[in-house]
Amino acid sequence: MSEDKALFSKKNIKLLTDPLNDNNPITVQVLGICSALAITVQLKPAIVMAVAVMFVLIFSNLIISLLRNLIPNRIRIIVQLLVVAALVIIVDQILKAYAFDVSKQLSVFVGLIITNCIIMGRLEAFALGNKPWASVLDAIGNSGGYAIILIIVAFFRELLGSGKLMGYEILGHKAKTIAESTGLYHYGYQNNGFMLLSPMALIVLGIVIWVQRSKNRKLIEQH
Amino acid sequence: MDYINLFIKSIFVENMVFAYFLGMCSYLAVSKKVKTAVGLGAAVVFVMIITVPANYLLDNYLLKPGALAWLSPELADIDLSFLSFIMFIAVIASMVQLVEMIVERFAPSLYNALGIFLPLIAVNCAILGGSLFMQQKDFANVGESAVYGLGSGIGWFLAIVAIAAIREKIAYSNIPAPLKGIGITFIITGLMAIGFMSFSGIEL
Repeated sequence: MSEDKALFSKKNIKLLTDPLNDNNPITVQVLGICSALAITVQLKPAIVMAVAVMFVLIFSNLIISLLRNLIPNRIRIIVQLLVVAALVIIVDQILKAYAFDVSKQLSVFVGLIITNCIIMGRLEAFALGNKPWASVLDAIGNSGGYAIILIIVAFFRELLGSGKLMGYEILGHKAKTIAESTGLYHYGYQNNGFMLLSPMALIVLGIVIWVQRSKNRKLIEQH
Repeated sequence: MDYINLFIKSIFVENMVFAYFLGMCSYLAVSKKVKTAVGLGAAVVFVMIITVPANYLLDNYLLKPGALAWLSPELADIDLSFLSFIMFIAVIASMVQLVEMIVERFAPSLYNALGIFLPLIAVNCAILGGSLFMQQKDFANVGESAVYGLGSGIGWFLAIVAIAAIREKIAYSNIPAPLKGIGITFIITGLMAIGFMSFSGIEL
């Protein structure tokens, strides 16, 4: 009974929930931006990427936390890079085998999970100094926070940019003429093609940060 | 002419920051002052111009399918490309260690100003991204990959110095409190990215 309490104690639950909002890796810690912008053109690759990062983050946090007393300080970055690189190779091969079209869409960004600052950041800031279970919870929390932002940005970009979600046409079908189109297109609605381009990802993310900090005023930078 | 075309394209059209969003974390974190931005940008250029050709040679003579044919014909079937990530990162990490030692010896004030961000160049996605894109692009010789590395590095340098200069200027603007700092930087970077889109389609 008391063991259950220790596993999910208040401190541990905080590790899970803090990164979802107050200490969000993307909007507060400013980590993992590169992939959050590049692969959010559609919802499906964004979800796949979030799952991949979750896998790599949980296992690398676990492994480094288990090894934390054995790693010499001078080579710790190299050891971390090796562990993460090995995990990413596994993820890359799995993606190529079971989800080839998504893997092609993600292209170099699967490899770039190695340099995803969230992973290195959490390894340095947390896994090196904390116990395995806490590190796993921290990994789940941070990858959850990352996934939330990725899904929000991808949702708006895909919906407004191509009228689809996960490949399904939500706003109706766009035919050659307005008369033949169904749904919103029938009334003259046009997709905002600009949403599919890189600059809009940055601006959408800026707006997400604006909304988050307006609601959560203690996140506002003082200088 | 091809080299110049490649050079210009990698700086402006395929800018590491504005087209591919690589290296954003250090780009956002170190761009508060122009001086540190210039220092970090220069370090990134230096690391890229060495690691991209080095990784090109590694890829062509060791990792690609059929690359080992120069050792002996029986090895021509081996495909070691799954090791690319680890080998590229190893080359990059050692180069960054070298740069760190050089900067500490010859420019200690810059070393102190950059702090943790110098070793973090090793995990700067722009550097690994440069090598991975080089692998995808299939250059004809090591010279082309060197030009690509130099151009990509300079493109990143340009981006970080520009945003640092703008951030120094807007320190006195009336930005809504929730947007201060990171929020407005994202939006400005987005606008700069729109500006850089005007370069797409340039052929010399």
